[in-house]
Amino acid sequence: MLWLLGTALRARGPVFGFPPQVLPWPPSLANFATVWETMPLPRFFANTLLLAASGVVLNLVLCAMAAYPLARMEFPGRRLIAGLLLSTLMLPGHVGLIVNFVTLLRLRLIDTYAGVILPGAVSVFGIFLLRQAFLTVPGELEDAARIDGASEWTIWWRVMLPVIKPALGVLALFEFVAVWNSFLWPLIVLKSPEKYPLAVGLLYLSGLFAHNTRAVAAGAVMMTLPIIAVFLFTQRFFMRGLTVGALR
Amino acid sequence: MVSARGQRAVRPRSRLRRRQWRAAAAAYLFLAPALILLGVFTFYPVVFGTALSLYDYDVISPPRFAGTAHFRALWGDRFLWLALGNSLKFLLVVPVLQALSIGLAVAVNVPLRGITWFRAAYYLPVVTSMVVAGLMWRWLYEQDGLLNFLLTRAGLLERPFAWLGHPDLALYAVMFVTLWKGLGYYMVIYLAGLQGIPPEFEDAALVDGASRWQVFRLVTLPLLRPSILLASTISAIAALKVFEEVYVMTGGGPMFRTYTMFFYIFDKGFQQLDLGYAAALAMVLAVAVLAFSALNFRLFREGGWTYH
Repeated sequence: MLWLLGTALRARGPVFGFPPQVLPWPPSLANFATVWETMPLPRFFANTLLLAASGVVLNLVLCAMAAYPLARMEFPGRRLIAGLLLSTLMLPGHVGLIVNFVTLLRLRLIDTYAGVILPGAVSVFGIFLLRQAFLTVPGELEDAARIDGASEWTIWWRVMLPVIKPALGVLALFEFVAVWNSFLWPLIVLKSPEKYPLAVGLLYLSGLFAHNTRAVAAGAVMMTLPIIAVFLFTQRFFMRGLTVGALR
Repeated sequence: MVSARGQRAVRPRSRLRRRQWRAAAAAYLFLAPALILLGVFTFYPVVFGTALSLYDYDVISPPRFAGTAHFRALWGDRFLWLALGNSLKFLLVVPVLQALSIGLAVAVNVPLRGITWFRAAYYLPVVTSMVVAGLMWRWLYEQDGLLNFLLTRAGLLERPFAWLGHPDLALYAVMFVTLWKGLGYYMVIYLAGLQGIPPEFEDAALVDGASRWQVFRLVTLPLLRPSILLASTISAIAALKVFEEVYVMTGGGPMFRTYTMFFYIFDKGFQQLDLGYAAALAMVLAVAVLAFSALNFRLFREGGWTYH
């Protein structure tokens, strides 16, 4: 147990200087300064932020929209749609990799952020997560709004969404981590290095600056710190065993 | 007169129908964006992917029908068997990962102060990017890396060597990173499973004079079965589809010893731009994965969403 903890910590240690000593003394921030000035890291950082932000917002809005009728409305085809959504868990996602590339090519979305974001803009996991949340909203709230003459849209926006804020928060969190770390799809879609997010950019730099391990390591730290910060404040949500996230 | 009576009977029904129709329209308006996106990027690929595997397509020239040529070529494709073999070998990580995760979950399932920080520490690799983790481990595995330094210092290794450059060990070195990164994730699944077991069961067995190990083996483990099945299928599917670790750390080498199925698909599709053949390869992997995902789907329907 301690050995594994040690591995986790040790593995993050060497990024400060390698190979000879594990803990360089005195520690220096010079590497970070060099990286920040000479490499397009701020650019990659901004790209990642943009991708993560738009991915999170799109997922929240679209999943909440799709989940609402599935939880609170009676309409023909509801069961069919719920079944279809569930069946996506069985679909071979990797086939989508090739076909989506062709689709984006036809839509002329290769090398655009839209191409990176759109295929992941709705997650079935998110729809079901929010559907569960909508189911718990008391009916009286909805009835009261309906008597006041509110439209479905108003009920969704003013009544429902405020109540399910905690679930929205959980989805935002998971989506943020997923987009921040996503690597394969941006690697396929983006062709110009100046558009790379950190995950792709870092690997690109590690190829270009193979001799300067420290600089790349400093970049790796920059990429990981925000995630660790977010994680430490929100770890109780991750510890609840949200296993469905892996099924995408 | 007849028509008037008929109209009276029809009018409320048609009003009702219109209201139903409007409700359905509202529902579908809410669903539309999600359904369109899922249709284009999730459902359509399955259909089109099958079709694509029957074509030659290199992005530049228009697709040309190839019939079953790709599938016939698969039999004689040396790289396919190589990649498939490596991917199947990668399944070895599943039992080890599950056993270690169960052990870890049991170990951290104690009501101690500060135990949540231990759990968080184990979970940290899960939220770390595979690029960062892979680069880190690449350095650790190097000939003058920390791992060799520690092993030689401890006298366990005579001469340092590059782990990822060793033809027989590279795949296992990559598997170890998968293990390291996945441990916390499966620990959480098992932790949820463990906390669903009423403590009376284990207490009763202890009172009856069973040893700790007997309690674990005969009471806890059978009760964990649903979690074990779920976690094993998830990790088996992930193992068959392993890619990022390989891409970041070895690039399929040395001598194709870490060249996995997914890596082959990526190579064919996006480096060589032979998308038709890549689609055929994807079908092969889909069949391999299907057995596991079907099981997963069944478990999922029975067990419901594991969100508490």
